[in-house]
Amino acid sequence: MPLGVKIAWSLVGVLVAIAYGLVIAGIIRKVMARIQGRIGPPVWQQFIDLGKVIFQRTATRHGWMFYLAPIFRAGGGIGLYLLVPVVIGVPALSNFSFDGDLLLVMYFIFFGSLGMALGAADSGHPHSPIGISRGLSQMTAYELPFALAMVAMAAEVHSFSIHDIIMVQQGGILHWNILTNPLAAIAAFIAFLGMNMYAPFNIVGAPQEIPVGPPTEYNSVFLSLMMSGRAILAVAKIVLYMDLFLGGAHSILEAFVKTFIIYFWSVFVGAVFPRFRTEQAVRFFLGWPTVAGIAGVLLVLIR
Amino acid sequence: MDTKPQSTLPVLVEPPRGAEPHAPLGRGYFLGETRRQQPLPMRESLAKIKNWFRANSLWVMAYGTGCGGIELRPLTTARFDFERFGMAMRPTARQSNVLIISGYLAVKSLKRVIRAYEQMPSPKWVVGLGSCTINGGMYWDSYNTINRLDLYLPVDIYIAGCMPRPEALLAGFGELMAMIKRGEANGWNHYLENFDWYKENQKKVINDWNMPDYNW
Repeated sequence: MPLGVKIAWSLVGVLVAIAYGLVIAGIIRKVMARIQGRIGPPVWQQFIDLGKVIFQRTATRHGWMFYLAPIFRAGGGIGLYLLVPVVIGVPALSNFSFDGDLLLVMYFIFFGSLGMALGAADSGHPHSPIGISRGLSQMTAYELPFALAMVAMAAEVHSFSIHDIIMVQQGGILHWNILTNPLAAIAAFIAFLGMNMYAPFNIVGAPQEIPVGPPTEYNSVFLSLMMSGRAILAVAKIVLYMDLFLGGAHSILEAFVKTFIIYFWSVFVGAVFPRFRTEQAVRFFLGWPTVAGIAGVLLVLIR
Repeated sequence: MDTKPQSTLPVLVEPPRGAEPHAPLGRGYFLGETRRQQPLPMRESLAKIKNWFRANSLWVMAYGTGCGGIELRPLTTARFDFERFGMAMRPTARQSNVLIISGYLAVKSLKRVIRAYEQMPSPKWVVGLGSCTINGGMYWDSYNTINRLDLYLPVDIYIAGCMPRPEALLAGFGELMAMIKRGEANGWNHYLENFDWYKENQKKVINDWNMPDYNW
């Protein structure tokens, strides 16, 4: 496939991923409302919110880092999505996967948060640095089980290529990494809870505590960039998890079903748990999820 | 007190084109808009689309000034659930479109309300909740509350009662949405056009005015 066509397909994929992420967020709002006994907003409410936010006029003026941060946020999401193959064997949907992309993916997952930290610090609102300091301390904590799980996956196939990791899992459900290396999977899926920032790990936004945390000063187009960046980052993460643990996908439908299940693991946990304090969350991630991650690596080594 | 000057604005929620911007209007009023004497038909239909989006995604500033704030809680929870109309509470002024003045408004709170209102991004609406915002209600002779909210902030819709029930609030919000869709709820333009008049009224009651004239 020529490079130009591939780039065009990837751009289409980015737009579809943003739309899918917004629909998922809408379904989450609906599910949360039903759990609380409410009717809840329509599923397409996120699109209306996004449109409304774009049509707002901003009146804020801050340093240039404030304006760059939403771009970092969206860029981190898009960059992550472009590195992860979505459907196996379809060149149009395998994006720009290459040997060693797992290392770059591990960087891109946290890229948006770091850019956000710089921008939020520039906004000057006291809630922003508080949210950022909470978020970064939680991030350093869940990064450990996540990185250990990634190391276990890479050690298993002696390769840092996501494509190789998918190919090892072909040939039935028993070959999926979630069953061949359950310990690493546990570590990764617990880290996934921290990454998605639903309860009990929603200490960054922390409703009723530090109202919305880092994006307190953001409005209009900046907020819309952050909303779409968040949507595509969520989709990219679940696609990555599908590739690493659930054997990838052979069709778009399979990809939708698997990613949906992965994402709603964090939503259903989030719907029933209260919030951790920051130090409790850090202590939690450095506890048995990290031990599970180390055991997952050892499992690969002794096998 | 003076009577409120009548608005001379066109029907669209878009700012009136051709009007000279007032000194503090530079931002939040004509921002990104080219000024024209006559709005083009395409711009008019675009304004209708924008208004539909704005009406179906009202983000309410989570700020209660008086006892009426107690009626906003059942509105968000299971029984009256206003999220089904696309509304949500936002804890920051930068992301909210609707400011609810819920009940009596002390002069001390008025100062904060003005700051919050002026920090909200531009298509924004004020809802006066309860009779205290209309004529002072049971606090009409109080020494530290204002009687007519209309003199200090441009109110788009009043919901009368002491206190109005959540059903009345939902009806009021439904009317506000219809007004936004019709392009009639343009109080924020009125505020900017009659900025001097509002500032004069505000400074009459706020004695310790230790903030800038316009809070960005």
